[in-house]
Amino acid sequence: MLKVEEQQPVTFSSALVANFDEIVARYPKGKQKSALLPILHLVQAEFGWTSAAAMDKVAEYLHIEPIEVYEVASFYSMYFLQPKGKYVLEVCRTGPCCLVGAEKIMTHIENKLGVKEGEVTTDGLFSWRGVECLAACGFAPVLQIGPEYTFYENLTEQSVDKLIDDLKNNKI
Amino acid sequence: MRPRNFFSPLTSHISHLNNMARKLLLEHINVPGIHTLEVYRQKGGYRAVEKALKTLTPEEVVEEVKKSGLRGRGGAGFPTGMKWSFLAKPEGVARYLVCNADESEPGTFKDRYLMTHIPHALIEGMIVSSFALGAHTSYIYVRGEMMPQIRILEKAIAEAKAAGFLGQNILGTGYNLELYVQPGGGAYICGEETALLESLEGKRGNPRIKPPFPAIAGLYGCPTVVNNVESIAAVVPIVNDGGDEYAKIGIGRSTGTKLISASGNLVKPGVYEIELGLPVEEFIYSDEYCGGIANGKKLKATVAGGSSVPILPANLTLKLANGEPRLMSYESLAEGGFATGTMLGSGGFIAFDEDQCIVRNTWNFSRFYHHESCGQCSPCREGTGWLEKILHRLEHGQGKMSDIDLLWDVQRKIEGNTICPLGDAASWPVASAIRHFRDEFEWHVKEPIKSQTSNYGIANYAVPIEKKEEIKQENL
Repeated sequence: MLKVEEQQPVTFSSALVANFDEIVARYPKGKQKSALLPILHLVQAEFGWTSAAAMDKVAEYLHIEPIEVYEVASFYSMYFLQPKGKYVLEVCRTGPCCLVGAEKIMTHIENKLGVKEGEVTTDGLFSWRGVECLAACGFAPVLQIGPEYTFYENLTEQSVDKLIDDLKNNKI
Repeated sequence: MRPRNFFSPLTSHISHLNNMARKLLLEHINVPGIHTLEVYRQKGGYRAVEKALKTLTPEEVVEEVKKSGLRGRGGAGFPTGMKWSFLAKPEGVARYLVCNADESEPGTFKDRYLMTHIPHALIEGMIVSSFALGAHTSYIYVRGEMMPQIRILEKAIAEAKAAGFLGQNILGTGYNLELYVQPGGGAYICGEETALLESLEGKRGNPRIKPPFPAIAGLYGCPTVVNNVESIAAVVPIVNDGGDEYAKIGIGRSTGTKLISASGNLVKPGVYEIELGLPVEEFIYSDEYCGGIANGKKLKATVAGGSSVPILPANLTLKLANGEPRLMSYESLAEGGFATGTMLGSGGFIAFDEDQCIVRNTWNFSRFYHHESCGQCSPCREGTGWLEKILHRLEHGQGKMSDIDLLWDVQRKIEGNTICPLGDAASWPVASAIRHFRDEFEWHVKEPIKSQTSNYGIANYAVPIEKKEEIKQENL
């Protein structure tokens, strides 16, 4: 769901805009809308989620209507339309991963973090959710953490515990 | 800085070297540093660019690809050379090559593997293929979740450009090419080529009505070819050795080698390059490949070509209905039609052991298709939701016997009634599960409590092929 209630205006740093410019240069003149998906990834990496205020700024930058940004951001699964924890553990929940224990891993993460899917821990550090096939079925179960989308493969309850502890203690 | 541990040490046991069979794509996979331009060139990399750009015309490259018999490796299996020859070439209009690296079909992870370990194989293929098609700007559309692979490809492109294989006047031949990587936003549907083009134009991934096909009006309305990663990488050995040589590998109309992603309950899951025509039994049980079923269990069923293709029980996986061995080829896997066969698809080979529940897996796949339906066509948008809900209640002990026929009815009404093949892809797993494992669905209704805590196993799953016809009659 798109979160549109009162939001602080957003400003894009000149470094970020320079990255936008570099992306726009990849497409023919007048086709700058092609840059929308890559730019939204950069925005989310910068702010942790994709707010309506940020999307309005992206629309302004690309010379398109805000609705053209909203409809894209809400279509694709990677854009967070609500604030999330600093680390979002995205566990693959599709068939092949479930054959080798992905559901147990998700239950374990839910218990370990003490929050339901999509919620944020009270310290603001963690969220988790099930996502559809991440194309790593041979190394299942797997999870990924944005914005770098680092993959963690062949998960066990122990390796998940260690991962969460390491993230908490800034060891990663 | 977090570690980029997608090179998991736990996966390093998966050996891809098999001295018996020919390897064209993964031959050098275990060479240290093969992801760099330097090592890739030491192993003969970029010879195809030199050969094509300096000694062949674009038409001659297309001709070699036609002769090779290469068929699209993304799933549809359409002959690549023929697809190329459909490309319209109006004067003064740009043409595009777009690589489909939106690998999202459950059970498929070969493209991710290839891009991670040998990115230059794809870059080289892109250069040669773009030359053949007369494209001067090409894009590799990579699913957004593969950010590590996007960084790897961007680095490889920079290396290739610095070495003069990309950019202006490549190798002094006058041919210009710019190559860019485009991230997706997380949507299975963007693996469908027209949805991919919509997405590349910065829109929602709603598939377009065809015709016009992309070869006439694709990216920005210009003639466009969309090819899978593996298809494009295969162009390199085809140009190096000639299409005729490539066509000698394989069996019948299934020429060349194929990357198979093996997952599920196998001793050695991973990516394997096989010569098409390998017996399925050898692929599953031989130590050169998957090494058999994990934990000493029995094979119950397989999905041979990614989640969209029909599931087959073990007996029909290993043998055709007439008792002959089934082979890993487009034709042999499809032998018997949907009554007793399946499809090679993307090569996503998922093995299920005796403890797996077919109802639960079918529910899982249906939830996937419901989640991934773009919502454009009502049979798919609504129907996939029905499939998920009915399967959910069957799996959770709340199903009725009539639900099984209702499932059959719903999937029949989706199949063939949508703009793109996602509707078919959602229907086939459900239809095949009922066709081959109806007893197990009935058991879930008869034993609502027991089925919550135990599994049906592999007993009694005779293949009631005739039932399919009965069900059809009832619902027509």
